[in-house]
Amino acid sequence: MTQVNKVKQLAVFGLAAIGLACLPFIVGGTLGNSWVRTLDFALLYIMLALGLNIVVGFAGLLDLGFIAFYAVGAYTYALLNSPHFGIFLPWWTILPVGAFLAACAGIMLGTPVLKLRGDYLAIVTLGFGEIIRIFMNNLNAPINITNGPQGVNMIAPVEIAGVSLGKSIELFGTKINSVYLYYYLFLILCVLTVIVCSRLQHSRIGRAWVALREDDIAASAMGINIRNIKLLAFALGAVFGGIAGGLFASFQGFVSPESFGLLESIMVLAMVVLGGMGHIPGVILGAILLTITPELLRDVIGPVQMAVFGKMLIDPENARMLLFGLALILVMLLRPEGLWPNKRRAAEFHDALDEDLPAVDSQARQEGIKG
Amino acid sequence: MDFLQQILNGLVLGSIYALIALGYTMVYGIMGLINFAHGEVTMIGAMVTITVLGVLANAGVDLPGAVMVLLALMVAIPVCMLLGFTIERVAYRPLRNAPRLAPLITAIGLSIVLQNLAILIWGRNYIPFPPLLPHDSVNIFGASITVLQVVIIFLAIAIMVGLLLMVEKTKLGRAMRATSQNPAVAGLMGVNVNTVISMTFVIGAGLGAIAGVMVAANYDQAHSHMGFLIGLKAFTAAVLGGIGNLGGAVVGGILLGVIESLGAGYIGDLTGGFLGSHYQDIFAFMVLILVLVFRPSGLLGERVAERA
Repeated sequence: MTQVNKVKQLAVFGLAAIGLACLPFIVGGTLGNSWVRTLDFALLYIMLALGLNIVVGFAGLLDLGFIAFYAVGAYTYALLNSPHFGIFLPWWTILPVGAFLAACAGIMLGTPVLKLRGDYLAIVTLGFGEIIRIFMNNLNAPINITNGPQGVNMIAPVEIAGVSLGKSIELFGTKINSVYLYYYLFLILCVLTVIVCSRLQHSRIGRAWVALREDDIAASAMGINIRNIKLLAFALGAVFGGIAGGLFASFQGFVSPESFGLLESIMVLAMVVLGGMGHIPGVILGAILLTITPELLRDVIGPVQMAVFGKMLIDPENARMLLFGLALILVMLLRPEGLWPNKRRAAEFHDALDEDLPAVDSQARQEGIKG
Repeated sequence: MDFLQQILNGLVLGSIYALIALGYTMVYGIMGLINFAHGEVTMIGAMVTITVLGVLANAGVDLPGAVMVLLALMVAIPVCMLLGFTIERVAYRPLRNAPRLAPLITAIGLSIVLQNLAILIWGRNYIPFPPLLPHDSVNIFGASITVLQVVIIFLAIAIMVGLLLMVEKTKLGRAMRATSQNPAVAGLMGVNVNTVISMTFVIGAGLGAIAGVMVAANYDQAHSHMGFLIGLKAFTAAVLGGIGNLGGAVVGGILLGVIESLGAGYIGDLTGGFLGSHYQDIFAFMVLILVLVFRPSGLLGERVAERA
C-alpha cells in the first residue's frame, strides 16, 4: 500500500471516529433523546446481526432461533445482577459468563443438528428458540427462576469506575443522559465485534466456513473437520448474541420472555439477508436500516395522516408494520442478493443465473445426477 | 377414559394441522421454498368466513347452520385462492432464480403485511364464530366428541384422499410431480411450469382456507394473530413427516396433533408435577428435534443421499 493511501485511510478512519463520537449529540440535539435510545438499539442489533452473520452468512447454516442466545445472555445478566435473587455481581464478570452460557447453548443446539441441512436445520433451530422462550415463560414454578411472564426487573445498570451508566451524570457543567453513556459503551463493544468478525472472516477458520458454505463435501475432502467447524460457527455466533443480550438487559433494566419471540429472530435474520449475507458492512447497514425504519415510520405516520386527512385513518402502529412489510418485500425484489452484498456472493449469484439453473436447485440437481 | 379423550382431541387438532401442512409441503415439493405466508392465508380464510356469515345473518338469510357455513366457505375459498395466486406472483415468481434466502424474506414481509391488513380490517380482538354448527357431543367408549369435530376429521380425510388422487391420477397432478422432479425438463416435455406452480399455490391456499374455518369453528373464535402459530405448527408437522411428501404431511400433522394433546394431558404426571400443561409446545418441538436427529429427512421423507 502506498503512503498516500495510508494517509487517506487514516483520514477516513479519523473522520468516521469523530462522526460516530459526535453522532448522539447531533441526533439528541435535533431529534431528542428517544432517538439516541434508538441509536443504542441499532448498535445492539449490529452486534446481534454480526453474530448471526457468522452462522448464516459465513458458514451458510440457516438459523431461525438465534434470539435464544440473546435471551440466554439477557437472563444471565438479569439473574446475576438484580434483586430477584439478591445477587449483584459486577457487569464485567457477568458478560463473559453470559457469553459462555450462550456458547454452551450454541453447542447444545449444534450437536444434534450436525447432520441436518437447509430447511430441516431452519425448523429445528426455530423449535430450539421457541423451547428456550417457553422455558423462560414458565420457569416460575415450582421454583421461581425466571419469574415467568412478568420477567425480571430492576436490573442493575452497568457501572464503570463507580459511575453508574443508568443515571445521567454531570460533566463539565452539562448533564449527560444515560442513553449517551450507553451509546459509547455499545459503540466500543460494537467496534470490537466488527474487528473480531472481520479478523475471523479472513482467518483460517473464516475460510473454512466459506468452504463449508459452498460445498461441505469438498471442504471435508480438503481436510476441514466439518463437525468442529460447524460447532464453532454456532458457538461463536452465540457468544456475540449472549454479550448483546447482557447489554440489552442492563440497558433496559428489565427482561421478559416477550422480547425473545420468533419475530425477533426473524428480524435479525432479515437484517443479515437484507444487508447482504456474509458481508460485514452490508450486515451493519441492514441492522441500522431495520432498527431505524420502524422508529422513523412511527414518528412520521401519525403527523402525516393528521396533515393529509385531518384525522387518524389507520392506527399508526398498524400502518407502520404494514409499510415495513412492504419495504421488506420491495427491497428483496429489487436486490435479491441484499443491499450491499460482497463481491464473491454477488458473483456466485450471477454465476448461478448465467448457468440458468432452476430455482429448485439442490433437489433437482440431485435428481438429475441420479437419472 | 382420559387417554382416549386425549387421542380424539389430538385427532381433531391433527387433521387440521395436516390440511395446512399439505399447503406447505406442496409448495416446498415443487419450488423448494417455505411459504411463510401460508399461515396468514389460513387466518384470512377464517376471517372472511366469519364476515360473510355476519353479512348473511344481517341480510336475514335463515338457512340451516351447515348450509350457511358452506355458503360462506364458497366465498372464503376463492378469496384465499386469489390471495395464494397473488402471493406467488408478487413475492416468489420474480425471485425464482435468486439466492435461497431472498424468497424467505419476502415471505416474512408478506406475512407481516397480511397480518396487518387483517388487523386493519378486523381489528385486534377475538372475533366469535357464530354458533351455527351443532355442538352436541357423542360418546365413544366414554370419551366425548362433538358432531362438529367428527365432521372436521372426516372432511379432512376426504379432502386429503381427494388431493392424493388428484396428484396421482390427473394430468395436472402428473405435471406437478414432473415439475417437482425437474422444472427445466418438465418444461421441455410441454408442461407449463408457471401454471403448475400457480395452481399449487391456489390449491394450497384453498386447503388453508378450509382449515382456517375448521379452527375457527372448533374454538368458536378467530383473530388476526392466529395465523402465525398455527402456520408454525403446521410447518413443523410438514417437516416431521418429511417435507415435500404429501403422505408425510398427513402423517406428520396427525402425529403432531396427537402428541401435543397427549403431551398436554400427561406431561404433569410424567414429570411428577414439575412441568405443567403449558409446556405442550415444548413437547411438540422436542419430538420434532428427536425425529430429525434420527431421521434427518423426516418420517416419510426420502433419504436424500449425500452428494457423492
